[in-house]
Amino acid sequence: MANKAPQIPSIAEFIHKIKSGEIFTEIAKEITESQLWTSTFRHGYADTPRNRVLQIASNVWLHLHPVKMHRHALRIKFTWCMGGITFLLFLSTVVTGVILMFYYRPVGEYAYYDMKYLQYDVPFGMLMRNMHRWAAHAMVITVWLHMFRVFLTGSYKPPREFNWVIGVFLVTFTLLLSFTGYLLPWDQLAMWAVTVGTNMARATPFLGNEGPFAEYVGVTPRYDARSLLIGGSLVGPPALLRFYVLHCIFIPLIAGALMIVHFWRIRKDGGISGPL
Amino acid sequence: MSEAAAAPKRKIEGVPEKLHVWPYLVRLEFLCALVVIVALAVWSIVIDAPLEEAANPTKTPNPSKAPWYFLGLQDILVYFDPWFAGVVAPVLIIVGLMLIPYLDVNPKGNGYYTYHERKVAIWVYCFGFLVLWIALIIMGVFLRGPGWNLFMPWQYWDPHKVVALVSVDLPYAFGFRDYTWSAIFGGGVLLAYFGIGTGAYFFLERKALKSVGFLRMFLKIQLALIMMGIVIKIVLRIGFNIKYIMVTPWISV
Ligand code: HEM
Repeated sequence: MANKAPQIPSIAEFIHKIKSGEIFTEIAKEITESQLWTSTFRHGYADTPRNRVLQIASNVWLHLHPVKMHRHALRIKFTWCMGGITFLLFLSTVVTGVILMFYYRPVGEYAYYDMKYLQYDVPFGMLMRNMHRWAAHAMVITVWLHMFRVFLTGSYKPPREFNWVIGVFLVTFTLLLSFTGYLLPWDQLAMWAVTVGTNMARATPFLGNEGPFAEYVGVTPRYDARSLLIGGSLVGPPALLRFYVLHCIFIPLIAGALMIVHFWRIRKDGGISGPL
Repeated sequence: MSEAAAAPKRKIEGVPEKLHVWPYLVRLEFLCALVVIVALAVWSIVIDAPLEEAANPTKTPNPSKAPWYFLGLQDILVYFDPWFAGVVAPVLIIVGLMLIPYLDVNPKGNGYYTYHERKVAIWVYCFGFLVLWIALIIMGVFLRGPGWNLFMPWQYWDPHKVVALVSVDLPYAFGFRDYTWSAIFGGGVLLAYFGIGTGAYFFLERKALKSVGFLRMFLKIQLALIMMGIVIKIVLRIGFNIKYIMVTPWISV
């Protein structure tokens, strides 16, 4: 390429190339043989068994998949696709959630008005908020359905016991993610739902100030399991900040890490279970 | 679906039992993702997320409900003290779920749908999930009104509805009036429930003891008895107005 002096084609030749469509083949060739292209995509696209393998194995996003799988595991009737949909909904909340974070401040004085601002002034703010909330609710439902399907197919049986245990952690963290997010709009619905929920911590045996045996431990309303959770004796601004940090940083990181382990283990346990 | 699509590609596929993930799985995932994202977007355009008035610690709504996915637990609060309904029960649910693969040693039904090869397991899970979890949530969302009273969908949510609290404790119903003797009687009933339940199970399943193991069988029957106990308490309360089985200064069940 480089050692040849560039030829200037005659007009007639050029028009002929356009008319015959040859020009497109040439352009495509120039592009796919350029250094930029070959360094980015490490294999051709022609439908050969080798490329089908490389498509998965040389792509960081796809390589958690195996290269080949059993036909039965493709059936929607078998998996209900629920694990994958749960993951997709999780990703949707991550994307929309980061956008909401640009506008939302977890401070008692601001939080509620930031929600109003998001809804009425931010372009697509209402849509982002809706998608975030509905994806979160949907994720709770799909993770239950996923668990139900895994139970019905007996897929927790050896060798997949450990992945089931990871799964139970995941369903717990999914609920906690949803619950911590519930407080953030800082409206009546949020405050009282979280009050009802966190009131339970007050009754923790030994560690909650109204729990059984609390008198032997000496916990007080200002210093017990519940105040650890909400940073005070009632759901106020400290609770908002705590739930915000848990919701946006702590729980997503843990849930994300567990998901990676979950997916990894599906492969290491021999792929999707089947009647073999 | 994969059958029809695979037909013209047979010459590429050496073994038809094993398929390449690209394109067969990836294209399904892509389609599935497309459908879900479009559905989510349409849903979000049509229905707005709720935003009520600003949080006000001095104005308690009646009823105050937890997020819908916890309403099953909140409903159990009617029948149990908070230390059980709010703390011990969730922990037991989580631990119990984690133990499932280690307690269910039936090798059949691994990787395919079957009812006949694992009837008990399916019944227990469906009962716990569909009745104790989902049905209670549906009831909590739609039928629990002010004061956590039950209202039928056509009834007006009257915040002044008064329901007479006529429930008594089990020892009282059996004629015990003395505090200590009541506690002893109540504790005895509980012990008998778990003791006889465990004993009966071990007797009926004595042949399985060798292969399944003592610890497995013991944990299995305890979890089952607790789950059934929750149902029994609900029935005792609704049917017989019994509040507690056992009352002590520290803990009441
Ligand atoms: C955030 C939550 C979760 C995500 C994103 C997730 C994702 C997935 C995905 C994508 C699969 C592949 C097969 C399928 O789609 O059904 C899978 C399989 C599996 N999941 Fe989950 N899962 C989650 C929670 C759970 C829970 C709560 C459990 C059970 C307690 C669980 C247990 C399993 C098991 C045992 C398998 C292997 C199934 C088989 O081999 O047939 N997962 N998961």
